[in-house]
Amino acid sequence: MIAATDVTKRYGAHEALRGVSFTAAPGERLAIIGPNGAGKTTLLSILGGLVPPTSGTVTAEGGAVGWVPQQTAVYRKLSVAENLRLFARLERVADPRAAVERALADTGLAERAGDELGTLSGGNQQRVNIAIGLLADPPVLLLDEPSSALDPRHRQRVWAFLDRKAEGGTTIVFTTHDLAEAARHADRVLVLADGERLFEGTPEELETAVGGDAKDFEAAFVAFLTAKGH
Amino acid sequence: MRWLLVKDLQILRRSPLLVVLLVAYPILVALLIGFALSGGPEKPRVAFVNEVPAGEGTFTVGGQTRDATTYADRLFEKVDPIRVKTRKEALDLVASGEALGALIIPADAADRLRSSLSLSGGGERPQVEVVYNGEDPLKRRFVESTIESTLSEANLALSKEITKVGASYLDILLKGGSIDLFFRKIDVLGLQRSAQVLDGLRDRFPEGTEQRRELDAVQRFAQLAVENLDLSDAILASIAEPVTVKQTVLRGSRTPLDAYAVAVAVAISLMFVCVLLAAGMLALEREEHAFGRLVRGLVSRTTLLAEKVALSALCSFALGALLVAGLSLFVDIAWSQAPLWLLALLLGAAGFGALGVAIGAAAREVRAASLLAFLLSLPIAFLALVPSGTVAPALYDVIQAISALFPFDPTLDALDRTLNDSGQSVAGPLLHLAALVAGWGVVGRVALRRFGS
Repeated sequence: MIAATDVTKRYGAHEALRGVSFTAAPGERLAIIGPNGAGKTTLLSILGGLVPPTSGTVTAEGGAVGWVPQQTAVYRKLSVAENLRLFARLERVADPRAAVERALADTGLAERAGDELGTLSGGNQQRVNIAIGLLADPPVLLLDEPSSALDPRHRQRVWAFLDRKAEGGTTIVFTTHDLAEAARHADRVLVLADGERLFEGTPEELETAVGGDAKDFEAAFVAFLTAKGH
Repeated sequence: MRWLLVKDLQILRRSPLLVVLLVAYPILVALLIGFALSGGPEKPRVAFVNEVPAGEGTFTVGGQTRDATTYADRLFEKVDPIRVKTRKEALDLVASGEALGALIIPADAADRLRSSLSLSGGGERPQVEVVYNGEDPLKRRFVESTIESTLSEANLALSKEITKVGASYLDILLKGGSIDLFFRKIDVLGLQRSAQVLDGLRDRFPEGTEQRRELDAVQRFAQLAVENLDLSDAILASIAEPVTVKQTVLRGSRTPLDAYAVAVAVAISLMFVCVLLAAGMLALEREEHAFGRLVRGLVSRTTLLAEKVALSALCSFALGALLVAGLSLFVDIAWSQAPLWLLALLLGAAGFGALGVAIGAAAREVRAASLLAFLLSLPIAFLALVPSGTVAPALYDVIQAISALFPFDPTLDALDRTLNDSGQSVAGPLLHLAALVAGWGVVGRVALRRFGS
């Protein structure tokens, strides 16, 4: 579980987040969506502890939060196993070897454990990127646009992997511009615009909020933003 | 920090081209600079024509026969002579650039010299002709100064010989003796004996007579001449060499040039490897987008900087120590001072590492960091090598102040003092380096906070 209470972030005169609150339950998948400049990445960075909030609080179950940046944050000159081992040691995981073996099994990359990461496809690199975020087996995993640079086949693999983690009880919070992906893989969505929380609920509830006659979730989202003056 | 160090060494091991470049490039640059500083310039090729007929190059000074070619030999110690027979051949060689200059000794040079040195004196002085190729001003200046300094030396040597002869003639005039003149031996009474003779003659004339007054006047002149000619040797020596040079080194050490070149070569290698490595490896964390993941609670920014300083310092320290060991095969270094110069290497490496992380913290990409590190390193080394007296004093003070802000100058200073066992304390440069490690470390930390994400 992770909860944000009245989180505000100011950069000088600019207010990037204005009193945002939400809660994501264990095993829940929460998508943070919104137009460019809405404050999605800022909120995720605050949840992940990268950036301190100006005011407000963030509470995470067990205090441990896994974080997966948008771009693959791994060393291309190291092998898959070496990357996993390095971060397992830096995370001070009790049994780094077991954690690496588990991550290799989870990602389905055990056969390529010795390959330099730079030789892997973008999709496989992203799976390693996500696996590193899960090395310490955190109850909450934050992902910044996890499938933005992937082709549909790799995107499907990554989501299958994340869906399994959610089924296992991990709370998944992710940002995305792909509204179809949000509708398909999120249990609930949090809509932000200009740093303000406009909506929190299921994709179906958002569609209902705009009359339920939108042809798809993307159309409903655009209609919702327009109705709210964005 | 241990696992980050292991990771960086693994990355370096898998980047052989980078390692070869990092190691080979500074060593090559260092060796080139070292040899350029320690090796003297090559002898310039100079066409040489001696038009004096064979066997007629001798002259006599003070009864001793000298050969003019011995003076030419002195010149050939400093130039590479191309001996030709005619003036035209010599000029052709200069015009074609094959020779940087030509030295022509005309046929009458020996005759004129003999005439100048004869007791009758007079006549025109001998003259040698020097022709330069002005195509390259630097080479021309080098040949000019080489030939001029050698001819000056020859003139001085000849002048000393002539002075010695002049002094011996004056001695005969003073004390009496015999000289060879026109193949005849002539006895000279000498002023001292003349005074004695005059003294004897004076008593023969009564006091107050005209003859006695005239003899008194002659005797006073003789006495005056005796007293003053006694000083003639010293005066003539002053004329031959009015100014003598006593050399004393006031500041710095008496380090031989080749030993100083070792210190320069090692300092340059240390700087390039360390600054490039520290800047590049820190920038790599950002380029690989791992920086954010690392500083999100896994390691602190300060630990990350310290790790990069340690990595680059250890690698460049090993390289520097190997370079010293290699260069010691060619140049004597003070092995008894090994603990001190190893400490100087380590602190110098740490200083360059701290400078490198400051650069790496400000750059987001490895290429930008490397370029910045390279662009900064070159002028730092150049400024630190500017000797005093070669620029205006105010500008030199500015250069000194700028150099003091970077680790190259104190590293070079510390290495020079320890590698060459100059006897000077190394505490100053080492403390300076320690301060720079801290200073640049702080700059790096601030830059990482300002530009890091």
